[in-house]
Amino acid sequence: MAEILLRSKGSIGIMVEAEVIRPNIFAGKKKEEIEGLLVWQGPVQLPLSEFFDVDVSGAGSPEETNILIEGDVSRIKRIGQGMKAGRIEIHGCAGMHLGAEMEGGSIFVQGDAGSWAGMEMKSGLLHIAGSAGDHVGSAYRGSWRGMTGGQITVDGSARSQLGGGLAGGLIVVAGNVENFCGIRQSGGLILVKGSTVRGTGAEMNGGTIAVCGAIRQFSPGFIETGREENVLLGDMQLEGWYAKFTGDYALGKNPKGSLYCREE
Amino acid sequence: MAATMIIRNGYVFDPLNEINGEIKDVFIKDGKVVADLYAGEKRDAKVINASGKTVMPGGVDSHAHVAGAKVNAGRLMRPEDHYKSIRQKTALTHSGSGYTIPSVYKQGYDYAAMGYTTVFEAAMPPLEARHTHEEMRSTPILDMGAYLVLGNNWFVMRYLKEGDVEKAAAYVAWMMRTHKAYGIKCVNPGGVENWGWAKNVHGLDEPNMHFEITSRELIHGLAEVNELLGLPMSLHLHTNNLGHPGNWEITRDSLAIPSDIKPSQKTGANWAETKMNSRRVQSVYLAHAQFSAFGGTSWRDFQSGAAGLVDYVNKSDHVVIDNGAVPFGLATAMTGDGPAIHDLYMLSGQKWSNTDVEMECGSGVIPFVYLKSSPISSIQWAMGLELLLLINDPWKTIMTTDHPNGGVFTQYPQVITWLMSKKARDDTAKECHKWAYDKSSLGGVDREMSLYEIAILTRANSARTIGMSCRKGHLGAGADGDVTVYDIDPDNLNLNDTAALTAKLVRPDYTVKDGRIVARQGEIVAVPEGRRYYCRPYVDDALEKEMLIDVKDWFKYYTVGFANYPVPEKYLKNPVAIPVNATEAEALVRS
Repeated sequence: MAEILLRSKGSIGIMVEAEVIRPNIFAGKKKEEIEGLLVWQGPVQLPLSEFFDVDVSGAGSPEETNILIEGDVSRIKRIGQGMKAGRIEIHGCAGMHLGAEMEGGSIFVQGDAGSWAGMEMKSGLLHIAGSAGDHVGSAYRGSWRGMTGGQITVDGSARSQLGGGLAGGLIVVAGNVENFCGIRQSGGLILVKGSTVRGTGAEMNGGTIAVCGAIRQFSPGFIETGREENVLLGDMQLEGWYAKFTGDYALGKNPKGSLYCREE
Repeated sequence: MAATMIIRNGYVFDPLNEINGEIKDVFIKDGKVVADLYAGEKRDAKVINASGKTVMPGGVDSHAHVAGAKVNAGRLMRPEDHYKSIRQKTALTHSGSGYTIPSVYKQGYDYAAMGYTTVFEAAMPPLEARHTHEEMRSTPILDMGAYLVLGNNWFVMRYLKEGDVEKAAAYVAWMMRTHKAYGIKCVNPGGVENWGWAKNVHGLDEPNMHFEITSRELIHGLAEVNELLGLPMSLHLHTNNLGHPGNWEITRDSLAIPSDIKPSQKTGANWAETKMNSRRVQSVYLAHAQFSAFGGTSWRDFQSGAAGLVDYVNKSDHVVIDNGAVPFGLATAMTGDGPAIHDLYMLSGQKWSNTDVEMECGSGVIPFVYLKSSPISSIQWAMGLELLLLINDPWKTIMTTDHPNGGVFTQYPQVITWLMSKKARDDTAKECHKWAYDKSSLGGVDREMSLYEIAILTRANSARTIGMSCRKGHLGAGADGDVTVYDIDPDNLNLNDTAALTAKLVRPDYTVKDGRIVARQGEIVAVPEGRRYYCRPYVDDALEKEMLIDVKDWFKYYTVGFANYPVPEKYLKNPVAIPVNATEAEALVRS
């Protein structure tokens, strides 16, 4: 078992690109080696020790590697990007692209996460105890293939384009989501326990969105196909009556997207 | 700087000089291939030891989409094509990004690293010529040129409808000088004009709207214009109904149209020595044949229609094709055939763009993925290879992917491996949808191309077909000192180790351009500026004046002023003007 502690050295100016912070890279490395890993800050490459005090205890495979980050790292981007195993725990807020393209392992953030958290994620668990920015679990700009597997949980709220191009996996948001939740979704499940705004499920042709609160400015391309009580989504049981819609007919003649909305 | 070089003891494959794997030295002096060097020159020459290796002329790509408005539209609409395909800056080279549509710098480096030194942009709309030249001048290392899209041009349609081929030729000659173009491209003749009114044409004898001209008249007329002027390359034809099941018949019939026209190159360029006749013999050059060789009647009974087309090409001596292979994976479809892009949008639901180039042509762009799991993609893969393997005479074929339509140019090595190894084809057929072999004849094809044939398909014939064999595609005295040295020992070539073969084709040991090493095992080591070729054809002065009266009169319909229409030569870096139908002296005197 390896425990690696990164203690933030304080405020950061230009944002740092730190995709090196992941168990696959840290595993089997000594303290000095981790300190020496290079990250980009704007046009210059600097060692990780410029931004963190590093402590290493124990050793192990990536699966057995825990990375603990203390302090505010909201100006550090790409933490856990592409990670395959192990665990990252952030006691503070995280920057953009947290856990983007992750393929396994788990990430927990005590605070908020920036935009693009879990972008094009393939597998693993990403838990944000605070709120998240835009594009949670979505596709990269220009692409329509977002997250394909794994689970993202947001205990707070998220901003726009959550689950854009979602093709698989699960996103659960305890709070609200803003515009275009599940735009271009083709698979997977989005559960929003709060409310959403304009463009929910826009251009979706597969997968499921369930909104337990209200949907403001409902998308015009959806047709109501019935109502269901206590909807069961995978192993999640919703309570009360839900209206069920199919869409988005704005995209094609036979869309397969399902949208549930709690009846008032 | 212009180096003297000896490429020593390699197995040389130089089809235009009928050299088939002989162990020879190649001598280069002042950037040009020479028969021999003086003893003193030999002593000071840079020597590349190529013993046990394969030496070919530098690769020549006669059909790719690498510069201009539609390529850039593709770059702009596809940020997702860029973020995972990046090239870091080095002391010598620019940074760059893009997989199917790389930035101009990356494009130049990637081609050179793969052993190619000459690349032609296959579709330059006249109004976008300025943009095309701007991108070509920023493309490092490569020698380039562009074909002018004329198959739906208002003036061309009008003159040909009036039966005035000479005036059409006068117009085309003026347009090529005006836009610094190299050849004539004809895309979906008549159909793209109709597309301006959401229509298309589907038969060769269907008059289009307003101009009432048929595809048959346009193809024949432009081929006639081509030979009347005596351009270095023949008409480059993108047929009607492209991408529609069952289109192989209209393709065959289109190819038959210019069969009565004799090729005639009236160029003033000095021709380097070759053993074979290096003048083109074709009067029509079919673009991306794979997309025009569809069988069946719908997507349900879709199958390869290559056999029928191949049959015609095998019988005809006036045709050369490039195949437009589909090596699977990501692509970006981009073409002057606007309606074809709309059809693809209807099939795929992808984001797409379309442009009407006023009075001249059209264009469209759409991202595309060829999946091994897809029956249609798998048949297209098979067809691309069938077309090259079933046409008996390699001098009628050129290997392309119609980059980036069928695939990306960096996949050429993979395509070559399939051509050289039946095992490679069988392995891929096992991985992809079974329709690949069930709905084509590829599974029964045993032919495995030799390195000599590959040299024809990737250099000698691409150069000859477009009239660049005056200086490219061979290693005869006077040719440009463009050479590729592959780490392939032809005597110990294991065609069953397909991955190793592909890897060796991906990273040649050396790419030499004008006698200078530009790439070494995939690494760019020098970045010389390439040349830009264009033609300066001339017709009778009085006829030209008469034609220009019409053009100036109609120019009121253009949104640009007549004076702003031409691309000045200063837009071209290292321009090489080729006088056509005129002597060099005449070309100097006349504008």
